[in-house]
Amino acid sequence: MRPTRTVEFSTGLFVLLGFAALFFLVTQITNRELSTGGKSYEVMALFENIGSLKPGAAVSMAGVTVGRVQTIGYDQQQYKAVVRMRINSQFDRIPKDSDASIMTSGLLGGQYIGITPGGAEEFLKGGDRIEFVQDAFVLENLINQLASTFLRRDQGNAPDNSQGGQGANQGSQQPPAEEPKK
Amino acid sequence: MHFLRELWDNVREFVTTVGAVALFFGRVLAQLPRALLRPSLVVEQVHNTGALSLVIIMTCGLFVGMVLGLTGYDLLQRFGSEEALGTAGALAVVKELGPVVTALLFAGRAGTALASEIGLMRATDQLTAMEMMAVDPMRRVIAPRFAGGVIAMPLLTVIFIAIGIFGVQLVGVQQFKVDAASFWSQMRSSVGMDDIMEGVVKGCVFGVACSLIAVYEGYTATPTAEGVGRATTRTVVISAVLTLILDYILTAIML
Repeated sequence: MRPTRTVEFSTGLFVLLGFAALFFLVTQITNRELSTGGKSYEVMALFENIGSLKPGAAVSMAGVTVGRVQTIGYDQQQYKAVVRMRINSQFDRIPKDSDASIMTSGLLGGQYIGITPGGAEEFLKGGDRIEFVQDAFVLENLINQLASTFLRRDQGNAPDNSQGGQGANQGSQQPPAEEPKK
Repeated sequence: MHFLRELWDNVREFVTTVGAVALFFGRVLAQLPRALLRPSLVVEQVHNTGALSLVIIMTCGLFVGMVLGLTGYDLLQRFGSEEALGTAGALAVVKELGPVVTALLFAGRAGTALASEIGLMRATDQLTAMEMMAVDPMRRVIAPRFAGGVIAMPLLTVIFIAIGIFGVQLVGVQQFKVDAASFWSQMRSSVGMDDIMEGVVKGCVFGVACSLIAVYEGYTATPTAEGVGRATTRTVVISAVLTLILDYILTAIML
């Protein structure tokens, strides 16, 4: 009888340890604060450009996560991205004229939707659409804008400068007056 | 001409083996419900394959996690994003290293034990004796061992993962002073339930594959001392190769 008891004891210990490890992984490693919350409602928004937003990304207000992005689709009539998000039911006082913008958390972090509350008396409910949106910040567009601005200024201020072409790329932050004139 | 014939023979041999393993798998599955009716046999095998592998799994998990912490920290601090160590380490351990290393260790520790035990039973005519006593060795010997391996492997995988993450944390937070709060919160925000599921599913699949290879090789071993030795070697080699191939397939499916 004794060896059987030992076998059963250590097997039980092993199985319990396994489930304890699984419990640790599920509760400590993953982020389940909203998936267990139960009730939620769905709102949607149309964006010109969602950048690299993914389903499951956070929807936050003032930095507090209030929901998650459910699905991302594409509307062929309006040529816009359709983002559906689930908001936890406990956050049911989001004004109708709130604005949703796609933001980036940190330098390497993923993108999320930040909601800035508006001033309306009516609140968002299931199936509503957020009208005011701000698209994802696309770095290439910004660089293009910057480059074209500098190029224009360069050409306007120093048309006879022979180094104007290069200055558009590097040295154009300095005012032209400081450039050495020969 | 001779070369072609040899190639053909090899191909035919391979296809035959695959077919034999598949048929064997079917026979084991057919006996599985009846084997589970006698839980004491299965418990004994869970003890043999699981509980006895626990120490080696935990030690290796700790060191794999610590190495991951060292290399991950070294790599990430070059980009000034040490806090991402939690994310990087957890995802690497949960999705890849955990299941694969556990399966390799499982094949080395439990698979060889199964194969040589069954092979030795075959070599000493114990299996034949059982058949003569109208005891089906598939039900009495093979199915409980297979079930034990299949039950133990996912549990070992989860334990390995938990210890591995502890190892990453040990090196990252305790030694290199990565901020503990951002370490854990970044890990939490980027590891999802589906990642854990991927690790557990991989553990289950590898468990089935490694246990099946082990009991098959033992059962079909040539009943000599040399044959048992060869069966043990083949168990480790085939299990390791199969684990890595299956890992690629599973990762491609679940990515």
